[in-house]
Amino acid sequence: MENEPAFFETSPTPGVVGQPLNRVDGRDKVMGKAKYSAEYPLPGLVYGVLKTSDIAKGRIQSIDTSLALKEPGVVQILTHLNLPKLAKTPNDPEGKKAIGAPMGFLPMTSDVIHYAGQPVALIVADTFERATQAAALVRVSYAAEAPIAAYTDKRAELFNPEKIQDGKADGYTRRGDARAALASAPIKMTAVYTHAINHHNPMEPGSTTAIWEAPDRVTVYESTQGVTRTQKSLSAYLGLPQDQVRVITKFLGGGFGCKGSCWPHTVLTVQAAKAVGRPVKLVLSRKQQFTSMGHREDQTQTLTLGASKEGKLLALIHEKTSTTSPWDNYAEANSKIINLLYDCPTFESHYQLGRANVMTSTFTRAPGEAPGSFAIECSMDDLAYQLGIDPLEIRLRNYAEKDPSTGQPWSSKSLRQCYARGAELFGWSKRNPKAGATRNGRLLVGYGMATASYPVHNSQGTARVRLYADGHAVVQAGATDLGTGTYTVMTQVAADSLGLAPDKIRFELGDTKLPTAPNSGGSVAAGTVSSSVYMAAQDVWERLTKMAIKDPKSPLFQAKAEDVAVEKGRLQLKKNASKGEDFMALMKRAGLDDVEGTGQGKYGAGYETGRPSNPAGPQNNTESEAKHSMHSFGAHFCEVQVDPDLGTVRVTRWVSVHGAGRILNAKTARSQIIGGSIFGIGAALMEATARDPHYARYTNADLGDYHIPVNADIPDMTVEFIDEHDPYINAMGVKGIGEISMVGVSAAVANAVFHATGKRVRDLPITPDKILGTKAV
Amino acid sequence: MNNFSYLQTAQAKDATAAVTGTKGAAFIAGGTTLLDLMKLNVENHSQLVDINLVPFKGIEQTADGLRIGALERMSDVGEHPLVVQNYPAVSQSLLQAASPQLRNMASIGGNLLQRTRCGYFRDVAFPCNKRNPGSGCPAQDGENRNLAILGGSKACIATHPGDLSVALAALDAVLLLENAKGKQRRVPLVDFHVVPGTTPQRETVLEPGELIVSVTIPAAAHARKSMYLKVRDRASYAFALASAAVGLDVQGGQIRSARVALGGVGTKPWRSVAAEKILTGAPATEATFRAAAAAAVRDAQPREQNRFKVELAQNTLVRALLELSAA
Repeated sequence: MENEPAFFETSPTPGVVGQPLNRVDGRDKVMGKAKYSAEYPLPGLVYGVLKTSDIAKGRIQSIDTSLALKEPGVVQILTHLNLPKLAKTPNDPEGKKAIGAPMGFLPMTSDVIHYAGQPVALIVADTFERATQAAALVRVSYAAEAPIAAYTDKRAELFNPEKIQDGKADGYTRRGDARAALASAPIKMTAVYTHAINHHNPMEPGSTTAIWEAPDRVTVYESTQGVTRTQKSLSAYLGLPQDQVRVITKFLGGGFGCKGSCWPHTVLTVQAAKAVGRPVKLVLSRKQQFTSMGHREDQTQTLTLGASKEGKLLALIHEKTSTTSPWDNYAEANSKIINLLYDCPTFESHYQLGRANVMTSTFTRAPGEAPGSFAIECSMDDLAYQLGIDPLEIRLRNYAEKDPSTGQPWSSKSLRQCYARGAELFGWSKRNPKAGATRNGRLLVGYGMATASYPVHNSQGTARVRLYADGHAVVQAGATDLGTGTYTVMTQVAADSLGLAPDKIRFELGDTKLPTAPNSGGSVAAGTVSSSVYMAAQDVWERLTKMAIKDPKSPLFQAKAEDVAVEKGRLQLKKNASKGEDFMALMKRAGLDDVEGTGQGKYGAGYETGRPSNPAGPQNNTESEAKHSMHSFGAHFCEVQVDPDLGTVRVTRWVSVHGAGRILNAKTARSQIIGGSIFGIGAALMEATARDPHYARYTNADLGDYHIPVNADIPDMTVEFIDEHDPYINAMGVKGIGEISMVGVSAAVANAVFHATGKRVRDLPITPDKILGTKAV
Repeated sequence: MNNFSYLQTAQAKDATAAVTGTKGAAFIAGGTTLLDLMKLNVENHSQLVDINLVPFKGIEQTADGLRIGALERMSDVGEHPLVVQNYPAVSQSLLQAASPQLRNMASIGGNLLQRTRCGYFRDVAFPCNKRNPGSGCPAQDGENRNLAILGGSKACIATHPGDLSVALAALDAVLLLENAKGKQRRVPLVDFHVVPGTTPQRETVLEPGELIVSVTIPAAAHARKSMYLKVRDRASYAFALASAAVGLDVQGGQIRSARVALGGVGTKPWRSVAAEKILTGAPATEATFRAAAAAAVRDAQPREQNRFKVELAQNTLVRALLELSAA
């Protein structure tokens, strides 16, 4: 690339990038030394606990706090009647936009109740236990109205939104004439897919600790995937300049999308701290977690395909209907992946929404791509069976050599290799083509596979490197480590960029005082932050090179900057490596303790076009200006064993192969893919939040009854990466792997269930009742 | 959770006296259900009386069968050689319940008193006749996928969540109870839990202040040859969608005695005498097992979401009988 030197071209010596380095923060984590956001024992700290609404729709008639206020240790009780006034709220579109709020409604700003679990009071006491008990003693009387629980309620008004996903995606898309193509297609198939409500359920619930350092300056220890986004939201809420709001997140116990935005409990805690004049800590209970930070919406997809008798796709028509909140038009953009996964000349998609008394849903573990891939990948399987073609072969017949949705060539695509390697590792060729024909005693055995894809979003960030003359370095970026290994991989990138051993690097993140980095979300963190770190290191070397060539005592005196290269911390002539010196000698001679460099890393379309992107959001229109379409691809292969009498489905073998650009750490990457695939198995087989149809209230909001997979549900998993070299993505060639591991997983499982049983279950999760009750189609 | 006072005593009579004499008092052993429900404000007790030091201990062979102290822990009982050898269904039911951490804490007596996982019961914002008599039962036409098909009423269809209790119901276990006056009585496990009827708040025949002292399981051929099969939404750490505890004594292909109880489908541990009658004296064949299973669910009253349990319960029972008779 012209605008940035590429890492793989300037670093000929193999280093630690890519190696399976152990987590640099692993020891602190297992020793309990890693401080999560709710673990700062500030002087004078008091505890906030939310009281949430028992009803899903209506008004608060009165709140009686007298009993609660008599409890020992209670400091104050905030309600809509006494919440300190905010400069802006998301209750109007202008405010929502300024705040970047995920929801166009802030609880405790009026007496209106829109959803069950909505905060109605915030109790502050000197201990968590006292605040909790006082919350139970706050008496709220409601004028309740009958709520609407979901789009499936007959009273729910359905409408076609112009935009979905907070305005980021179109509610209607059309490419070619899919209706006409369908009409003349020899093969026509329509299938309806439903998806349960899913909740992110990170191990660490949402938490906020707020301390007002001065009347106009606040510090917030927050459980967030992006300190900068939270800082922007809070500064808009509070009417404070951004630099007077400091947000810190040193460690995160998972997020999976729910910590990607600033949700109501955060600003309510900040206001509570203001009201009581002391630092306040609030941690959501597990039950409150289900109604505080969004979810994946309940949804139905109808996918119609037209194909030739040879299995070539001719038309795809996708319709999605889902539940949204009373104010926002939020739906995951499922159709994007359906529009580009296969070479199909025509495409059409529609979104329909039904308003209900629920909070706004939000990005959840591979948003859009996960449920969208469930529909297209099951339908491709149907097509394969109907035509008697191997499911892998049908995908190869429809292989997209360029992005069908835009016509752009791919920046790189290793999907053929993923298919081939995955099939080999799995033993796909041993599959009996007939469904319901493979047995293991009483159990039915099935093989299924599916394709995965996830976009490289447009993003950028900055980093700072301070290289010390004694041979160590401090590297900083305001990024987040969700627990996936950001600390570790950035240490590796810095080590190679600076020619130092990893133990000479200290990488710092998670603070708005550090250079700005994007949210860890949408798989952008690794690509953006690594190239920022790399660019900052290049800046250091440029500065040192300038020093050297001006320094009469340097072997490089009067050399041209462009003739100097850096190899393992040594500045030397490209053509004569013996002429040079290491940076420590150069800096010591100059009396310099340290040299600082900064770098801006661009990722995705912004890198290719050279145009800056909007760091607050992963997507903007730079993507359409890029020459290439940028995506990761992969393939999952799954064996299930189904007990047809008991309805149980167990995944017994798993192979995933991905092509995702440069892999920064073989160990953390493998772990991340395993984790994401397990999310997918959870969504496929067990994860479902149940919402009562009359009360619009969840009935299983805890981890005993909202099932996520346990160890016994998961077999040994084989994960490999295709060695992929993408020069268009960013300086590092990193595509990011946060989401792709989950995409296609539920389809691979459902396809294996079909192969095992001959029954097609299109309603996730595939629980025993559906195996017993489903009729073959 | 409300504030409460806490008392620990090593004497059963002190414990029962404390609970009998104090309004809002409750016993606590492992606390794995009680504290959970107190945190949810489903139960509010002003005093907890810790009975962990009371010597209701021991796992020993007696003339009446195996006697298990009520304060033995689930994990210790589940792994005990006498239980594993002579009462495999009991061992399996314990080891398939909860998680190792919970099994290490939870007592046998407390396990038998475990309360339902019905989501309406566990959330005080919902009406619930069990928690708040007369307030209604939204489960009847609500989220009832995992609720009971047997023993329910218009007032309540909450599933009894236990595993051990199902095995004990099948194997004729008898509980020894003791009240505040030191008076002891014996109650067969099948009579210990009661169906909800119009009083779903009452779940057992235990009187206020009464404690479970021990459980005795008679020795029998059908106990030595017994098993517990549990079907659930995930492979471990989940409550049963359906389970079956079965015991068989088969001689020369004929069933001499049989024991059958179902779990996950009833408002109490569901012993099926009707199924046992069909099995007893019949050939140990799949046809016999099918007929017994049909009899076991004959009175089922499924709701919209739990209709599948009628089939699942039968299949679970048939599978257990098939596996046991083949073993």
